[in-house]
Amino acid sequence: MMFVSPRRLRELGIVGMNQRNISLIGDLNPRHLYPLVDNKLKTKLLAAEKGLATPALIGALRTQHDVQGLEPFLEPHDGFAIKPAKGSGGKGILVIAARREEFFVKANGQELTIDEIRRHASNILSGLFSLGGAPDVAVIEELIKPHAAYKNLSVEGVPDIRVIVYRGFPIMSMMRLSTRESDGKANLHQGAIGVGLTISGGRPVNATQFNRRVVEHPDSGADLMSIQIADWPDLLEIAARSADATGLGYLGSDIVVDRRYGPLLLELNARPGLAIQLANNCGLAPRVRAIDDLSPACFRQGPKMRVDRAMSMFD
Amino acid sequence: MKSRARARQFSLFAIVGVLLVLGLGQSIHRHYVYDVPWIPGTEKPIWSIEASVQFFARGEPVTVNLRRPKDQSGFAILDENGASPGYGLSFVNVGGQPTAQWTVRQADGQQVLYYRAEVLQRDAGEFDDEPPPEIRSPSWEEPYASVVEAVLDQAVSLSADPFSLTRQLISQFRASDRGQNEQLLMDVVGDQNLTDLLANMLQSRGIPAATVYGLLLEDGRRRQRLRPLLRVWSDEQNEVFPLGIEAGEEDLPLLLWQPTQGYVLDVTGGTGSELRFSMIRSELTNYGQLAGTLGEANDWLGFSIHSLPIEEQALFKTILLLPIGALVVCLLRIFVGLRTSGTFMPVLIALAFIETSLTTGLVGFLLVVAVGLMIRSYMSHLNLLLVARISAVIITVITIIALFSVFSFRVGLTEGLKITFFPMIILSWTVERMSILWEEEGWREVAIQGFGSLATAVVAYLAMTSLLVRHLTFNFIGLQFVVLALIMMLGSYTGYRLLELVRFKSLAEQNS
Repeated sequence: MMFVSPRRLRELGIVGMNQRNISLIGDLNPRHLYPLVDNKLKTKLLAAEKGLATPALIGALRTQHDVQGLEPFLEPHDGFAIKPAKGSGGKGILVIAARREEFFVKANGQELTIDEIRRHASNILSGLFSLGGAPDVAVIEELIKPHAAYKNLSVEGVPDIRVIVYRGFPIMSMMRLSTRESDGKANLHQGAIGVGLTISGGRPVNATQFNRRVVEHPDSGADLMSIQIADWPDLLEIAARSADATGLGYLGSDIVVDRRYGPLLLELNARPGLAIQLANNCGLAPRVRAIDDLSPACFRQGPKMRVDRAMSMFD
Repeated sequence: MKSRARARQFSLFAIVGVLLVLGLGQSIHRHYVYDVPWIPGTEKPIWSIEASVQFFARGEPVTVNLRRPKDQSGFAILDENGASPGYGLSFVNVGGQPTAQWTVRQADGQQVLYYRAEVLQRDAGEFDDEPPPEIRSPSWEEPYASVVEAVLDQAVSLSADPFSLTRQLISQFRASDRGQNEQLLMDVVGDQNLTDLLANMLQSRGIPAATVYGLLLEDGRRRQRLRPLLRVWSDEQNEVFPLGIEAGEEDLPLLLWQPTQGYVLDVTGGTGSELRFSMIRSELTNYGQLAGTLGEANDWLGFSIHSLPIEEQALFKTILLLPIGALVVCLLRIFVGLRTSGTFMPVLIALAFIETSLTTGLVGFLLVVAVGLMIRSYMSHLNLLLVARISAVIITVITIIALFSVFSFRVGLTEGLKITFFPMIILSWTVERMSILWEEEGWREVAIQGFGSLATAVVAYLAMTSLLVRHLTFNFIGLQFVVLALIMMLGSYTGYRLLELVRFKSLAEQNS
């Protein structure tokens, strides 16, 4: 049998694309709030205003003139990341891990000159990576140093944790691990691994790659079922507070755990996908319903209380 | 949250209900009051044909003679009229041929004259047996005269009577490896004058033959030309050889516009004359009555496209199909979950398919997009800005189309010329989007979206070419409201998509 019956999916509480678009995104995410999350620089400034930890902002390049003065600007920093503010899906992100003499060294060992860095920044400004080629701003951030526990989990790039926040409550989460097949990107449909994590304690429940179950990382062989996430309640609190900060009712909050600073908010997504249900081997609908059934007073509680409640509600 | 959703759903249902009542009401009214049948009848259709004569007048007296079709095997002329502001129009016989004659004392500048005919297609019927034209004795200069003789001698030796001689001649000229003599003559007269050449060659052997002109009838076509045909007489019989008709058109009904030798259009006092035809097909219960009734009805329920000139009616036949294409896109995206490159690009591709026929269209589309992608992938190394890059892709696509047209014409595939019907800007955007998709998401996503787009285009094509759909959309404007209501209903569907039943299958298996 090629198809599952729709009734079976409904029993499992799977949310489909149409339902997500109408009941979750259409109802809960007013269009005028989108620019807050679609522009990384705006997200970052908003996060700073609301006291949410993010990777430190080194600077933003707005004009080609800024690009010319890049060199002294980067002088004090060994490692950094240059990102397009309006890029999506990890496009146009250049990560410099170290410096060797006058060269900048990428995460994969490739050496770049300052001219090549300038060229990349200039491409970002001209809209090469943004939607529809609109002019963009290049954001320079301090390099994230992933937590030691995540070594071997990701081939290139830092593993991040996606938390779905529904009306202020974290309801489902997963860790996304890039693979060689996904070309270092953390998008599930490109071949990254999704490891479902329990809301109650951040423990792995299931892992999938291309909608199929996996138990170890295909490149490093690391055991995916023994992942442990440090500072789990703090991480969920950042997710819950990011929902308060943006006002979005259905939000994907992407968080990394830095070995020096703990959980940092990386970016937000107003249209988070549905593959997280496969990674968790569990549907979103019952959790959405459970939150809808809470008394109105619960929604007025602070982020910490809401996280505690969610941790006790969902496995 | 819930109550708001319910209130919204209520107003949606209210709007959908009103639209359904309006749409169905208008359609039922039209069905009962004007007798428009629900399904395209089995009775023979009526063709409304409009000939437009354009020319440039020089400020002198103008006389325009346009041949009119007459009753013939397969067709009966029901009604004729003309529109020509400022001109005197009379239907006369000139040289034994029915003619529409426009005259004016003085005219200046661009002139447009219209002649309209309602033609009933019928199984057969009496028609005047056209007398054979007088035998002329055409002559050719040397060396062509001896070449013509040689070709004729060869054909005569391989045939038995005038008809088989004609067939033999045609096959000699049409063969892809035609002989040196035939090639020489073709080079002199050109492909489009082949009919005249053959008629003259037959005449030189005393066989009555003439170039006559016919019109291919295809629903909703505009700016069509007459096709030259070769007619040959022998004793009491005569036969028409469809020389100017291309592959894929043989099954269309052919109306003889000028059934014997002579001119089709003669303009005195003007230059640069041009003759174009538009036509639409209708299925009517009472011959010819309905179009008139609908066209003249003034009450708002009788609002009808039929009151427009035929060229505009033909245009609307296509425009009114677009909602059907949109409906197909909605169905396939919302119910099935197909991903397409560009939301309504498949509808435009489907429109192009209507012009090109499905197979030619598919092959042409794949060729252009594939070659475009290759060139575009090289262009991405050059790192151009977006607008410049897309402009470059547009020029590339036009070049590809030009090359394909020339190439396919050279190897004798006139089908290949139809590739020009594709909307080039849309093709360029498709190439650009696919190329970016390839770089960012990999070939897998390109394959998925490419397949989704083509599948949607083919389904939309099938829906839009269905005789029933064409009949309903054109004759029942009210059904547009019904389509709108359906689309609005689809827009509030929150159930699963067909492909999600596959996507989440592993989840169901693990939990069973």
